[in-house]
Amino acid sequence: MKTTMKLLAATALAVTLGSAASAKTLVYCSEGSPEGFDPGLYTTGTTFDAASRTAYNRLVEFKHGSTEVEPGLAESWKVSDDGTEYTFKLRPGVKFQTTEYFTPSRELNADDVIFSFERQLKKDNEWNQYVAGASWEYSDGMGFPDLIKSIEKVDDLTVKFVLSRPEAPFLADLAMDFASILSKEYADKLAADGNKDQLNQEPLGTGPFQFVAYQTDAVIRFQANPDYWGGKQPIDDLVFAITSDASVRMQKLQAGECHIMPYPNAADVATLKSDPNLTVLQQNGLNVAYLAYNVTQPPFDKPEVRKALNMAVNKQAIVDAVFQGAASVAKNPIPPTMWSYNDDVKDDPYDPEAAKKMLADAGVKDLSMKLWAMPVSRPYMLNARRAAELMQADLEKIGVKAEIVTYEWAEYIERSKAKDRDGAVMLGWTGDNGDPDNFLDTLLGCDAVGGNNRAQWCDKDFDDLMTKAKETSDQAERTKLYKQAQVIFKEQAPWNTLDHSVVFMPMSKKVKNFVQDPLGYHRFDGVDIEE
Amino acid sequence: MFKFLLSRVAVLIPTFIGVSIVAFAFIRLLPGDPVQMLAGERVVSPERHAEIMHALGYDQPIIMQYLDYIWRLLHGDFGTSIVTKRGVIGEFFKLFPATLELSFCAIIFAVALGVPAGVFAAVKRGSWFDQTVMGAALVGYSMPIFWWGLLLIILFSGTWHLTPVSGRIDLLYFFPKGTGFMIYDAAVSGQKGALRSALSHLILPAIVLGTIPLAVIARQTRSAMLEVLGEDYVRTAKAKGLSRFRVVGIHALRNALIPVVTTIGLQVGVMMAGAILTETIFSWPGIGKWMVDSVFKRDYPVVQGGLLLIAMVIMFVNLVVDLLYGVINPRVRVR
Repeated sequence: MKTTMKLLAATALAVTLGSAASAKTLVYCSEGSPEGFDPGLYTTGTTFDAASRTAYNRLVEFKHGSTEVEPGLAESWKVSDDGTEYTFKLRPGVKFQTTEYFTPSRELNADDVIFSFERQLKKDNEWNQYVAGASWEYSDGMGFPDLIKSIEKVDDLTVKFVLSRPEAPFLADLAMDFASILSKEYADKLAADGNKDQLNQEPLGTGPFQFVAYQTDAVIRFQANPDYWGGKQPIDDLVFAITSDASVRMQKLQAGECHIMPYPNAADVATLKSDPNLTVLQQNGLNVAYLAYNVTQPPFDKPEVRKALNMAVNKQAIVDAVFQGAASVAKNPIPPTMWSYNDDVKDDPYDPEAAKKMLADAGVKDLSMKLWAMPVSRPYMLNARRAAELMQADLEKIGVKAEIVTYEWAEYIERSKAKDRDGAVMLGWTGDNGDPDNFLDTLLGCDAVGGNNRAQWCDKDFDDLMTKAKETSDQAERTKLYKQAQVIFKEQAPWNTLDHSVVFMPMSKKVKNFVQDPLGYHRFDGVDIEE
Repeated sequence: MFKFLLSRVAVLIPTFIGVSIVAFAFIRLLPGDPVQMLAGERVVSPERHAEIMHALGYDQPIIMQYLDYIWRLLHGDFGTSIVTKRGVIGEFFKLFPATLELSFCAIIFAVALGVPAGVFAAVKRGSWFDQTVMGAALVGYSMPIFWWGLLLIILFSGTWHLTPVSGRIDLLYFFPKGTGFMIYDAAVSGQKGALRSALSHLILPAIVLGTIPLAVIARQTRSAMLEVLGEDYVRTAKAKGLSRFRVVGIHALRNALIPVVTTIGLQVGVMMAGAILTETIFSWPGIGKWMVDSVFKRDYPVVQGGLLLIAMVIMFVNLVVDLLYGVINPRVRVR
């Protein structure tokens, strides 16, 4: 296989560059096929890894390995005092990729930015429905069409976003994949050729890698963008070898058929770590698993009852059994890697005796409840059924009878939203943009009741803090507000916060400078490989 | 012969309508819909949900949706994937060569081993060879494909490094303008080592996919052979002093093959089911994996169109088998 890798490099070079210098190829065993290559249309990490993190850039970017925002295609920006106007100064001289299917005649300008957003915002835009049933999941889901009043071209390299209200997470939102900047010139050409579909099949942007070919369900090929504004990449070719089974991915990595793989089986991590040719990076995931009570249904409307149930569950035992230790017990609804995490909050201790007493004091006797367990494995909860069984046994010890219920996944999501739902629901969340608002307000705000707010919990004090934190762009001030919110959350205990899982990234020792992304994306810019 | 063909084709029409109804109803009976599946944990508001379902035409009464679907089908329109936004028919023909190539090799593997094994087992009835073959066939038939595939990968690729783990060909080779039949593409590319690489990638998946058909064919050949070997005409042939090879290989086998050919035809359907698992394990970009992904995503047009196209392939193969039957056994042609 070693020789194959060398051969691969040599041939790829002969095909793509036609020169005699040695080419470096990085092979990534990805976990699934991208749904398409227009990041605006999709929501999955698999698609973003393949489409937006390679071929595209955004106005602002997440710093490598962090959720902090740094300049991307915009060199600098100004926010008006009332927080409703964002003026971006674009980086001059940024070239779009030159590929077999398109040769750009001009550099990036404000028209590209306006095109990239307006197609998602305006129903009458000719690109809004360029593919049948196009839906702009993130843009719509985050309320962009209402939030963004207008986008104006001030000059070729200056563009102004006018918002209908101040929205502090806006900058972080713009670093998300759906906000990738596409080439208007390319789109115009496709429209003229009557070939609009191609925008979702052959991406063309300003990113570090340019698209070469996608063999459906098998291989995606990229090559380093020689004109990249951030400088050419250390590797020449980037290949995604799509391998959906985690055990097979591991075999491929060990056999040298690929250099990096995501999402190993928890049970395989020890084997991978003991392989002398591999390194296994690990990092706390930007996620949380929780058990949401329905606070509108007695006796779960009493915080002391919810707290008592929380104290009955041995969360460490769940982490040990389900993750073999590859997770940490959660006390706050946001993970510790996120800014504004309040480490002063004390978790409800595991204390079955005290829990029993609290229930008795609250006048609750012979409580029986439903415990919802997801039918699928999620990054934040690998085996919900197992976790539910452990909880069931714990609750039994304080005299609470729990019945485990589950539904087919789509049905589970749907039914668990109902305001009159019976029972506590296990679920979780993986962060989109690193902003605490994306967890706290999205999952616990009053607006989300009957939707993402599975606890149906609407607390006025908490909600006021959310609104205030959205309206100020002063990060120190926002940190203070979110820390307060976490205190209220713990007092009121609408959830039992279960765990934050650890994300593992096994790779060949030859891979250099790969940085794990807290948001869970897989980025290959800056990555090198030893020959 | 023409009449025979016509009568077979006539049977296909009601089958086709039946399959179209089942394919249409089946995916809609599953809970959830494409919009919810795309959103995952992210909740879609009821208004937006309704809006997207309307845009996709899924708010119509189910009978109208079906009629509309059939109308489009009759115009050759199999629809567009909700997820990838690509045409179903185009995707099918892009992926089908991979499945066809794999299934073809698997069936060759199954027939090449299964028929001789069955014949020898029948001739040497009760011997250790017979018992070993039948024992192995039973194990093969009961083997969970997923487990079998992983086991072979761990042994042949992981431990002994004899075969590649997964994929269709080494990443080094790339035929953007190819036919999709990797062996053919590799052979005509003239690139050194390409054909060898394509073949080495085929070995394990073909064995895994061919295991169940192999077991079935071996058992079927053995029992058909046993029956024929007891017939009067075989005894007559033996009495005439014909060589053992002529008796078994020509007189007996030809008649024993009739039920075996039917079995092989039926195995094509079994293979399509097996392909779903085999393709998933070996990251084989064929229609089996495509269908599974689409069911999980509730991609209605792909599931409907894909099932219908697969059914058409199976119907076609069975038609060919029926015709072959007529060649092997002229009696079926006369009513």
